[in-house]
Amino acid sequence: MTALELKGIDKSFGGLRVTRQVDLAVEVGERRLIIGPNGAGKTTLFNLIAGELRPDRGSIALFGADITRLPSRRRAHLGLARTYQIITLFPKDTLLHNVMLALLGLSRRRWNPWARFDHDDALLQQARACLAEIGLDHLSERPLAQTSYGERRRVEIAMALAQKPRLLLLDEPFAGLSLDERHDVQRLLGAIPRTTTVVMIEHDMDVALDFAERVSVMHFGEVVVDGTRGEVVAHPRTREIYLGP
Amino acid sequence: MKRVALLLALVGLVTVPVWVGGSYYVNIVSQILIDAIFALSLNVIVGYAGLISLGQAGLFGIAAYGAAILLVAGAGHFVAILGALVATIAASAVFAVLALRTTGIGFIMITLALGQILWGLAYRWISLTNGDNGITAAARPAPFGLSLASAPAFYYATLLVFLATLAAMTVFARSALGAALKGTRDQPRRMTALGYDVWMIRFLACLFSGFWSGVAGILFFYYNQFISPHAIALSASAEVLLMVISGGAGTLMGPVAGAALVVAMKSIASAYIERWNFALGAIFVLIVLFMPEGLVPGSVRLIRRGWSALQRGERPLEERR
Repeated sequence: MTALELKGIDKSFGGLRVTRQVDLAVEVGERRLIIGPNGAGKTTLFNLIAGELRPDRGSIALFGADITRLPSRRRAHLGLARTYQIITLFPKDTLLHNVMLALLGLSRRRWNPWARFDHDDALLQQARACLAEIGLDHLSERPLAQTSYGERRRVEIAMALAQKPRLLLLDEPFAGLSLDERHDVQRLLGAIPRTTTVVMIEHDMDVALDFAERVSVMHFGEVVVDGTRGEVVAHPRTREIYLGP
Repeated sequence: MKRVALLLALVGLVTVPVWVGGSYYVNIVSQILIDAIFALSLNVIVGYAGLISLGQAGLFGIAAYGAAILLVAGAGHFVAILGALVATIAASAVFAVLALRTTGIGFIMITLALGQILWGLAYRWISLTNGDNGITAAARPAPFGLSLASAPAFYYATLLVFLATLAAMTVFARSALGAALKGTRDQPRRMTALGYDVWMIRFLACLFSGFWSGVAGILFFYYNQFISPHAIALSASAEVLLMVISGGAGTLMGPVAGAALVVAMKSIASAYIERWNFALGAIFVLIVLFMPEGLVPGSVRLIRRGWSALQRGERPLEERR
């Protein structure tokens, strides 16, 4: 079964075409890497998949269901989670509160105007378990603003994983991390179960290629090369894009 | 410590008619409580949702006018109050549907326009609202046979409603929906990605806020036994916004402190200071300069800083011993 299928996705901002006839098929459990120079349209493609942008043409299917016109929030309920290139969390709140908000997002309890949120034992337990999985349970009561950049990146991934997604979109998860922090995130990503399909945008080839099974290369809004790691690395078009003609 | 402070505050409030002396001052405290309810209602969308409204006095006015018009039409107090609240919630829904099409400056401008439309209706629809002359109520209600005609009796009724408002706000702010609302204030994009319906959460917040603005409007009408367009003018919306921001948006006690400050300046300081508006403006400037987060959170910050400085100062002495 295909986890994610994009067919003929076009998106323009005014006169600028940012994606052109993008076709992409990601199998269930696959680890897919999307690479390309700055401005290739990778993050726009993520925004289209996540529903933050609507394509001008084409269709998007998630596990066989057409989600092209579905609002972003509904896609989360269908099992799609994402992280952002620039960390987008709640800095004034504690790590525990951040993860609890992620868990609450898919729960009916999010509409409850009575019950105390910070006394919800079930959510508390789950959130603590999530933080324990990424090794940050000892910082659970610390405001996010008082943690390092690498810790925040791990919290962001933990929030996405807390929702037990079927498809996880990671937008440059290694960007701005120190060597040690990269290893931490690498370990975290390596532990993601195969029930979760992962699509990742990344510029750091050393870590990204280790992670990916298949790679798609984007250039000027098009997927120009698509294949296994070896095929893509050896492809002359990849070399041309990265090293010049 | 917190519980003791709350208990003392409650005892202080309950005994107001005993220690403030005279109906005039009891009435001023009633005014503070009514404005505090109004400010607490606005705090839901300003403090928790991060949406600045300049039309809240319009909703306040719909409730006040709604009750007044129904009473004039011959309805009883219960029907008038109920009808006014239903009308306010309906108007809040219309306000929200129109204003939530946008956020930021757009939200401010739409709420400002809607507030001005209501003010214009109150001012010009003379056959319904009696225009600039306003509508007068013959008497205050007497729930369970208890007359609210006297200043202390009306004060206690207002205090009960104020405590109910405070309890409702506390429960809401700590609830899952309250946490979600604050999330939409801080990171709406992330909240959407997490599966939250940001629009619906904000819409519900507008209804909740509108309801309590309506409650304040009804109390205001019964307190004065009169309502005129002046009470729902832009200046009223701006004033309640100042109460929220100066006291501390997004806190429970901030809007209450803001209401106390504004009413005290208007009703008490104005008797001694000719240019009390200037003094109030100067106080706001000082708050913005030294406590940009508002009077209550700013005071808490300064007290904590002073306390920790005191402790730091004591430590060397202990070490010396």
